[in-house]
Amino acid sequence: MSNIGSYEQRLEGFDWNIAKQILNWEEGELLNIGHMCSDRICAQGKADKTALIWEGFSGEKRSYTFDEVRVLSNAYAKFLQDQGVKPGDRVCIFMEKIPALYISFLGILKMGGVAQPLFSAFEHDSLEVRLRSAETKAILTTQKHLKKVRKIIDDLPLDTVICVEGNPAKLKGEEIFFNVDEAQRVDQFECFESGPETPSVLHYTSGTTGQPKGAQHVHGSVFGQALTAHWVLDLQDDDIYWCTADPGWVTGTSYGIIGAWALAATNCVLDSGFTSAKWYQFVQENKVTVWYSAPTAIRSLMRDGTDLVKQYDLSSLRHLCSVGEPLNAEAVVWSEEAFGKPFLDTFWQTETGAMMITNYPGMPVKPGSMGKPFPGIEAAVLDLKTNEPITEPGKVGLIAFRPGWPSMFREYRNQHDVYASKFVGAPADATPEQCRTADDVWYVSGDRASIDPDGYFWFVGRDDDVINTGGHLVGPFEIESALIEHEAIAEAAVIGKPDEVNMEVVKACVVLNPGFEFDDMTELSVMNFIRKKLSPLAMPQEIEVKDKLPKTRSGKILRRYLKALEWGEEVGDLSTLEDD
Amino acid sequence: MSEEMKETILEYVVDEYMDEDDDEEAGFDTPLISSGIVDSFSMVSLKVFLEKKYQIKLPDDEATPEAFDTVNKICVLVNKHLSK
Repeated sequence: MSNIGSYEQRLEGFDWNIAKQILNWEEGELLNIGHMCSDRICAQGKADKTALIWEGFSGEKRSYTFDEVRVLSNAYAKFLQDQGVKPGDRVCIFMEKIPALYISFLGILKMGGVAQPLFSAFEHDSLEVRLRSAETKAILTTQKHLKKVRKIIDDLPLDTVICVEGNPAKLKGEEIFFNVDEAQRVDQFECFESGPETPSVLHYTSGTTGQPKGAQHVHGSVFGQALTAHWVLDLQDDDIYWCTADPGWVTGTSYGIIGAWALAATNCVLDSGFTSAKWYQFVQENKVTVWYSAPTAIRSLMRDGTDLVKQYDLSSLRHLCSVGEPLNAEAVVWSEEAFGKPFLDTFWQTETGAMMITNYPGMPVKPGSMGKPFPGIEAAVLDLKTNEPITEPGKVGLIAFRPGWPSMFREYRNQHDVYASKFVGAPADATPEQCRTADDVWYVSGDRASIDPDGYFWFVGRDDDVINTGGHLVGPFEIESALIEHEAIAEAAVIGKPDEVNMEVVKACVVLNPGFEFDDMTELSVMNFIRKKLSPLAMPQEIEVKDKLPKTRSGKILRRYLKALEWGEEVGDLSTLEDD
Repeated sequence: MSEEMKETILEYVVDEYMDEDDDEEAGFDTPLISSGIVDSFSMVSLKVFLEKKYQIKLPDDEATPEAFDTVNKICVLVNKHLSK
């Protein structure tokens, strides 16, 4: 029997307070995610239960009980306090998926800090933009990544650099080494008295224009994350759960840490590059029962075929879910053939903090569909011109949600205008709180979909120029700005290009500076320039040289024109296109 | 398998994907993909390098994380296409 039982019955009289019942949480109790994912679990008599099973790329293995997670996260919390970090300060976590990431995340929240996890493959420019925007006070990293921090620290208000793994002899200046395993045991720590609206996690996400935006979440989000983990991931007491996402992205925190540990689930982490064989081996060895992964990975597994699947005992798997980008129907059908059960697609965003439209255990799956709105979530597709909900089945519009769910982001850090622009129906001068609470307001996701006669949502595409590559959103502006710093490039436009495995990859259309020719080595040089400056995700997988870029008469590059050509779609209204 | 090819590819990997002060030393059998030295997105730039350097075309279905996981494995793949 699944946790959700009947989806239809759960819709009736739904109240978010059911999340509190599932967590046995009562009003007046401390609402601090760090506490709820460790101390509280121990107090429920599960101190000796395994919280984390970790494996590194070389095969090194470690495991931690909830009590160990509790004590070690206390040590991080106390250490940060001792360094002068105050409640509300942003503390960046910049490291691979090592145990320190998961445990320090709780430690930061316990002492009232705002955890700012960043993807460790970011290079110095990407890191700088996000640390500057967040006015980050302290960073926890490893020796491997200190070099990136050193390149940018002089220009940032970053006070404290803490290295949690590596060789202490390699540290420089005021960098601090902190090995939690060798630190004094901190058995008791008085957690910060946070409440439902206290800032907890700051995740950066990319948009079409400008630099990445910091989506601010709050401690009250735990109710949305725990309930969705309970009903959609169907986490039960004896499950061995593997969320493959990196906590540098929202899935890795909402479900790789918070949802799972709030429910006292045993969480698995494989810190290794992707190979199908390695992943199957990991499932087999750890007897993984619930697997939450991404379409890019599923399509890569699919490419390696079912013969490889048969070489492993994957019979422990009982429930599979997917997130990050639309899961194509072929992958759903293939997973039924390969694993005897389908991957269930889940749709949500950095901004929503938790699942919004998903498939559920027991509900018939329509391969390729996003599923139906989570109970308590009012979802619609809005007419592209009038912003009114579309009632006609199959007609495409913008996916929108009525504000008010617990895990909704509370602001874009220092970008209120951008935040307000995500809501239709809110007064022009509305505060962030008014955006979320005013009558007849919709939060518009930026994705397009249609709804079929049975109420299933079907994803169509983004409504902006943001590129979804392997489940990660990449903003074209950031890459274009970096491209024109390359000596060969005068102008650049970045678009998404269709890709069989990653859904989209980055393609750059460029105009060269006079005197430069685009030979093989220039192409490679540009690719590596972006990879080392921003991140591998941002690296163009194809570069096309053009004599000129299409622009409006006011000089704005028309990315949508280039994208339409790339995807073989209608180019639409070109009345603003500059004349030759 | 030519030693020169192995050295050339290893040198490129070290120069492009590793830091000068990395503690680990890469060899012909060092895992590249599974260790995270080269991630799946960066594999594309490594593939472009191999194609340009050796004037070959590596089909996407053969340029897999497994085939790119060590310098020795990469050389097997390159040699297969050089001999075509």
